[in-house]
Amino acid sequence: MKTQGLFSKSMLGVGLAFLYIPILSMVFYSFNNSRLVTVWDSVNSPTVKWYVQLFKDRQILSAAWLSIQVAATTATGAVILGTLAGLVLSRFGPFRGRAFLQGLTTAPLVMPEVITGLSMLLLFVSLEQLFTAWFGWQFDRGFATITIAHITFTMAYVTVVVQSRLAGFDDSLEEAALDLGARPAKVFFRITVPLILPAILSGWLLAFTLSWDDLVITQFVSGPGSNTLPMVIFSRVRLGVSPVVNALATIMVLVVALGVVLSAIFMRRQEQRRKREEQMAATG
Amino acid sequence: MKPAARTLGSRDAYGRLSPLWIFLLRYGPPRWSEYVVQNWTGQRLVIAVPYLWLLVFFLIPFLIVLKISFAEFSPLGRPPYEPVFQWLEEGALQVKLLIGSYVYLFNEPLYVSAWFYSLKVAFFSTLFCLALGYPMAYAIARSPPTQRNVLLLLIILPFWTSFLLRVYAWVGLLKTDGLINQVLFKWFGIVDEPLAMMNTSFAVYIGIVYSYLPFMILPLYSNLEKHDNTLLEAAQDLGAGPIKSFLRVTLPLSFPGIVAGSLLVFIPAVGEYVIPSLLGRTDQLMVAKLLSDEFFLNRDWPRASAVAIAMLLLLVVPIMIFQRFQNKELQAARK
Repeated sequence: MKTQGLFSKSMLGVGLAFLYIPILSMVFYSFNNSRLVTVWDSVNSPTVKWYVQLFKDRQILSAAWLSIQVAATTATGAVILGTLAGLVLSRFGPFRGRAFLQGLTTAPLVMPEVITGLSMLLLFVSLEQLFTAWFGWQFDRGFATITIAHITFTMAYVTVVVQSRLAGFDDSLEEAALDLGARPAKVFFRITVPLILPAILSGWLLAFTLSWDDLVITQFVSGPGSNTLPMVIFSRVRLGVSPVVNALATIMVLVVALGVVLSAIFMRRQEQRRKREEQMAATG
Repeated sequence: MKPAARTLGSRDAYGRLSPLWIFLLRYGPPRWSEYVVQNWTGQRLVIAVPYLWLLVFFLIPFLIVLKISFAEFSPLGRPPYEPVFQWLEEGALQVKLLIGSYVYLFNEPLYVSAWFYSLKVAFFSTLFCLALGYPMAYAIARSPPTQRNVLLLLIILPFWTSFLLRVYAWVGLLKTDGLINQVLFKWFGIVDEPLAMMNTSFAVYIGIVYSYLPFMILPLYSNLEKHDNTLLEAAQDLGAGPIKSFLRVTLPLSFPGIVAGSLLVFIPAVGEYVIPSLLGRTDQLMVAKLLSDEFFLNRDWPRASAVAIAMLLLLVVPIMIFQRFQNKELQAARK
């Protein structure tokens, strides 16, 4: 046991170093004065000039704004649809087509992005043709198409999170409420939603992050003129490293780290409070 | 929420309402029977919303891709393919299905090598992920509970930061005047000349293992964490050494975790686009890059669709295995 523990522990150390060194190197070099990024200019560094340049960069700023809008809309839509799907799958018992729905919700989790992107674009093109032929109405690809595509692939993640949270509770509370005469909709909003709120919140954040981060599907379904942040980043770093991107990456890493740590602390508090209340209910 | 049991449970094996229910619905208190009917339609509505969304935006798109993969390419058309189904003037439906795009996929050497290369890269990346991820998951599962959450957080944290930027970070490390070469060549002089690591298969492996490692660790961890320690103790009491008890007890028990983690890495890795475009070889393409080049550069939509369908067929078995494991996990969580 001893040697085994030692081996796996050192592998854990190596793995964590492997996960974090690249991120830390990006943060480190964002303060480098040299345009060559990885050649440290020890005379004029550290400097914040790339951060200053980042906040003057119109292209990046407008792309980031579009990405935020898309991600927030996506996360909200994905949470609504994903929660419904999770609820249906874990609480509605067997109904016709249940297995099919389960398949449809888990397939996007592993589907290669190029396939999803291509199929979504071809759908939008067909819809465009239909709309112009039937109603003479033309729509442009952009915010709406990106958001629809993002909702479709992120709702699967929300479904899994909600479903596994619901699987952890039995439905006795909901049944009790139904027996006491509450209507199903009321039971859902008063009992089910508060119970799965942590799952809904983390599903929202997950959907937001996935949407914020997606490049491949977005490249397919976005129209001319609607560039999201990952598209701008990709077009810049294709030609090599860019110090402005390093600065952007540093800010994003900071925000995420802060958010994850804060939410972990928050979740822990919630859990502790819940346990205390349960104990009080049991003893009192 | 158990409306299902209330309404569906009252039906017999053939789906007919029981006579009692029919009587009650017809002659019972009006508000109550209304409530039952509303309840049932309301439930259907709740099922219909996510169902319809997924049908329209996930399933139908695949049918369209399937249709276009059989279409004829017309370079100047808008969209650039001939219609597959067409109503002729006599009122007949003309169906033109061409398999040219598919034939091309398996004859053109560029394509054949891209298929093999993608499979090879995905396979070995999965293997490397497993080799690194398994001990990591094992160490986390064996650490004291207070440390466990922090370690898990550390594994998940990179997953929340931008995937694109994390891949990009490796450009700065791997390129000729990057960090690794500076350390090895300039500072320590271990190598005689800077290593050429960018735009190689090595860089692709690094990128994939790096990006997908959390996907390997998390299912493995959730499996390993559940193991019953008394089994290991029993094995040791019976005289098995640490290695033997690992091989005979822990490893077989963790098989579901290994399969789930491996599939979560393998399936997306076959269709990986960003990592090979940023880090990979320029002379050897992966399938996803071919698909996007056919679509965006050559505007050959039928051929791009055929690539997508072929990739899907290749991955359909792994995807179904993954779904089966996913369902089992959820059912196990319910018990």
